[in-house]
Amino acid sequence: MTDTAAGPPRAVVAAADRSEPLYASHVKVYTQRVAGRFRQIKWMALVVLLGLYYLAPWLRWDRGAGAPDQALLIDMPGRRAYFFWIEIWPQEVYYLTGLLILAAFGLFLATSLAGRVWCGFTCPQTVWTDLFMLVERLIEGDRNQRLRLDHAGFSLAKAARKLAKHVAWVAIAAATGGAWILYFADAPTVLTEIFTARASATVYGFIGLFTATTYLLAGWAREQVCIYMCPWPRFQAAMFDEHSLLVTYEAWRGEPRGHRKAGQSYDDRGHCIDCGLCVRVCPTGVDIRLGQQLACIGCALCVDACNGVMAKVGLPGGLIAYDSLARQTARSRGQSVRYRLLRGRTIAYAALLVVVGAVMLAALATRSTLDLNVLPDRAPLFVRLSDGDIRNAYTLKIINKSRETRHYRLTADGIADAGLSVLGVEPGPDGAIELTVEGDSVGTFRAFLRAERKALAGESTPVTMALTEIDSGQSTQHETFFSGPKR
Amino acid sequence: MAEQNKTPTTGHEWDGVTELNTPLPKWWAYVFWATILWAIGYWVVYPAWPSLSGYTKGVIGYSSHADYEDKAAAAAQARRVWTDRIDALTVDAVVADSELLQYAAAGGRSVFAENCAPCHGAGGQGAAGYPILADDDWLWGGTAADIYQTVQYGVRSEHDGARLSEMPKFGADGLLDEAAIADAAEYVLSLSNRSEDAAATGRGQTIFAENCAVCHGDAGQGIKEFGAPRLTDDIWLHGGERNDIVAQITNPRQGVMPAWSGRLGDTGIKMVSIYVHSLGGGQ
Repeated sequence: MTDTAAGPPRAVVAAADRSEPLYASHVKVYTQRVAGRFRQIKWMALVVLLGLYYLAPWLRWDRGAGAPDQALLIDMPGRRAYFFWIEIWPQEVYYLTGLLILAAFGLFLATSLAGRVWCGFTCPQTVWTDLFMLVERLIEGDRNQRLRLDHAGFSLAKAARKLAKHVAWVAIAAATGGAWILYFADAPTVLTEIFTARASATVYGFIGLFTATTYLLAGWAREQVCIYMCPWPRFQAAMFDEHSLLVTYEAWRGEPRGHRKAGQSYDDRGHCIDCGLCVRVCPTGVDIRLGQQLACIGCALCVDACNGVMAKVGLPGGLIAYDSLARQTARSRGQSVRYRLLRGRTIAYAALLVVVGAVMLAALATRSTLDLNVLPDRAPLFVRLSDGDIRNAYTLKIINKSRETRHYRLTADGIADAGLSVLGVEPGPDGAIELTVEGDSVGTFRAFLRAERKALAGESTPVTMALTEIDSGQSTQHETFFSGPKR
Repeated sequence: MAEQNKTPTTGHEWDGVTELNTPLPKWWAYVFWATILWAIGYWVVYPAWPSLSGYTKGVIGYSSHADYEDKAAAAAQARRVWTDRIDALTVDAVVADSELLQYAAAGGRSVFAENCAPCHGAGGQGAAGYPILADDDWLWGGTAADIYQTVQYGVRSEHDGARLSEMPKFGADGLLDEAAIADAAEYVLSLSNRSEDAAATGRGQTIFAENCAVCHGDAGQGIKEFGAPRLTDDIWLHGGERNDIVAQITNPRQGVMPAWSGRLGDTGIKMVSIYVHSLGGGQ
C-alpha cells in the first residue's frame, strides 16, 4: 500500500513526528474580493433570504377582532401558530413534522443534483458570515489592507477601525436576535416594548442569546463551524454520487502547474499558472486543487476567480467549474459524457417530495372547524338504576376552531328509547339538548345515556353521538359504545 | 488507505499500525476548560454538593423546593377567585350556578380521588359494604345538602353530628327464629321480583309488616331519615343473594363512614359533595 512516489517512507515519518503538538492554533482566513456569476448569485441569495427573515414578521393578515393580525406568528402562551390564513392548534403539530420531512427530502434532492449548494449559498451560517465579511471589508478594506492592519502596531486609527467593525457586528447580531422575537410576538408591539425597556426578561434573554451566538459564530468562528461543529459536511460525501454537480478542478488540464512568464508556451505544462487566487477567495481557506474535501462548502467563488484569471491570460475558462465527477473522469480521457440529472436517486427524492407535499395539502384542505371526542367512563362501566335501567356516563370534548360562539344540538343513536341528558344543561321544550361552546376553545361536558336493559345488545352496544350546529347545519359525529351487564 | 504522508502521526506504531495526529483547534480545548470553570462557578452559586447531613446551599440561596412552594402558593391564591365564591354560597346555590358547578365538580373530583376512592371506588362504583355513589339509590338522601351533611359528619362516626341508625340483630339477639328470617328474606326478594316461593313470600309479608316496615317503610321504599335502605330496587349494600339477605337480617353489618369536617376544609367538602351529586344520581 505504500506509495513510493509520494514522500518519505513510513518509518521515517513515524520517528520524526514524535513531537508534533496535539492542538493547532487557528490560522485566520483573509478572503479576497471577487466578482463573477456565482458571487452575484450568492449576493442575490443573501438579499432574498435576509430580506425574508427580517421583513416577514411585518406582514399583516386580518383575522377579525380579538385575533392577532400578524401573518406569521407562533403564539406560545395562546398555543396557536398562524401562517397567513392557516391556524394550527397544538394537536396539529404534525404539520410541522410534515414540513420538516419536506425540507429534508428537498435538501437531499438539491444535494444529489448540485452538491453542497445549501452550504455555499443558503445556510444561515454562510449567509451571516458573508454579511459580516462584507462589513469587515467595507470598514477595514480588502485582503491586503486587512493583513497590513492586523500586522501593524497599536494606533488610534487601528483601534477605531476595529471598534467600528465590532460595533457594526454587534448591531447586526442584535437585529438578528430581535427579528427572531418578532416571530413569537406581535411585531410592532414588542418592538416598541423592547426600546422602551418594557419587554419581558424572556424577550431580552433571547435577544441576548442570539446576539451572542450570531456575533461569535459569524464574527469569530466562521469556517470553524463548518469544519468542526456542523454535522452536515461530514455526511455530505455520502449524499453525492458521480453525477452530482460539484466544484471540481480539472487536474489533467491544470497540472503540472507553475508560474509563467509572458510569452512562454503551454507545452509540457498545465494551464494552472499558480496565481493562488482560488485559495485567497475561499471563505474556508481550502485549496480546491487538492480535490474534493470536507471544508469546501461549494460556494464556487473559486470558479469565479479562476475564470476571471483565465480570461485575462487568454485561456478557456472552466479550469475550476461546477461539474460531475463522471464527466470529469471521462473528459480527462478525452471522452464526452452527458449530464445525468434524471437518475434513480433524484427521481426517487422528487417523487417522495411530491407525495409528502400532496398528503399535507390534502390534510390541510380537509380540516374541519368542528371536532367531537366522546370518552366513555371506565369506572364504573355502567350503573344500575333503581328502576332497573342501565346508565352510562361520557365526557364530551367539543373543539370549536371557529372564532365565534357556536350552539350545537347533541343526539345519540343506536339504542331504542334511550334517554340522553347533559349535566348542567336543561333540555329544550322538545327534549333537545343544546350545547354552547365559545369560539377558538374546547368545551367539556358530562353526558348521561340511560337505556332499558332489554334494549341492549349485550355487554357492549355501539352508539353514535352526533353534533349539529344549529345555524349552519355543520355536523360531526363520534362512534362510541354503551356498556351493560352480561346477559 | 489512511496513509497521508502530509498528515503527521503521533509517533507510535503497533504492529505496523500508526495513528494519525490531525491537530484539534486550540479553541476547542479552551472551550472545554471554560466549561469546567463554568461548572465550578455553578457549584458556588447553586446548591451542588452533598455533605454527610446536608448539602452546599449555594450563594444565591436558590431552592427548587422553595420555588415549588412559591408556585403552589400563587396557584392557591389564583384559585381563591373561585373558592371565595363557593365559600359564600350554600351547596344548593352552587349547584344552581352552572359556571360554579363546573368548577366545583372538577375540584371535587380531585378531592374524591384522594379521599373517597379507596372505599367508594374510583368512579363511585362502590364495593361490598361500601355504597355505590354513581347510581340514584341513596341511603341518607341524594340532594346536594343531604350529601354535604353525610360527608361532613359521617355515618356512625365518633362525631356529634354523625348520622346514626341501628338495625336490630333479629337473629343474634333471638328476636326472630331461623324460619321467620328465611320467610322475611323471601318476601324482601319478592319486592325486587326475585322470589321463587309464593307461600314463603306470603308468610314473610306478615313478618315484614310487624318488624321491618317501621324503618324500611310499608312498601319497603326506604326511609332516609333512618338511613334504612330501599328494598325494592335490587341494589344491595351487603350482597343480594338469598344467604346474604338472611345473614344481614340475622346479624346485621353496620357500616362506618368517617366524618370529614376537620380533616378537609369546608370548601373541599362542598366541592366533593357537588362532585358526588353530579355523578349522575343526584336528586
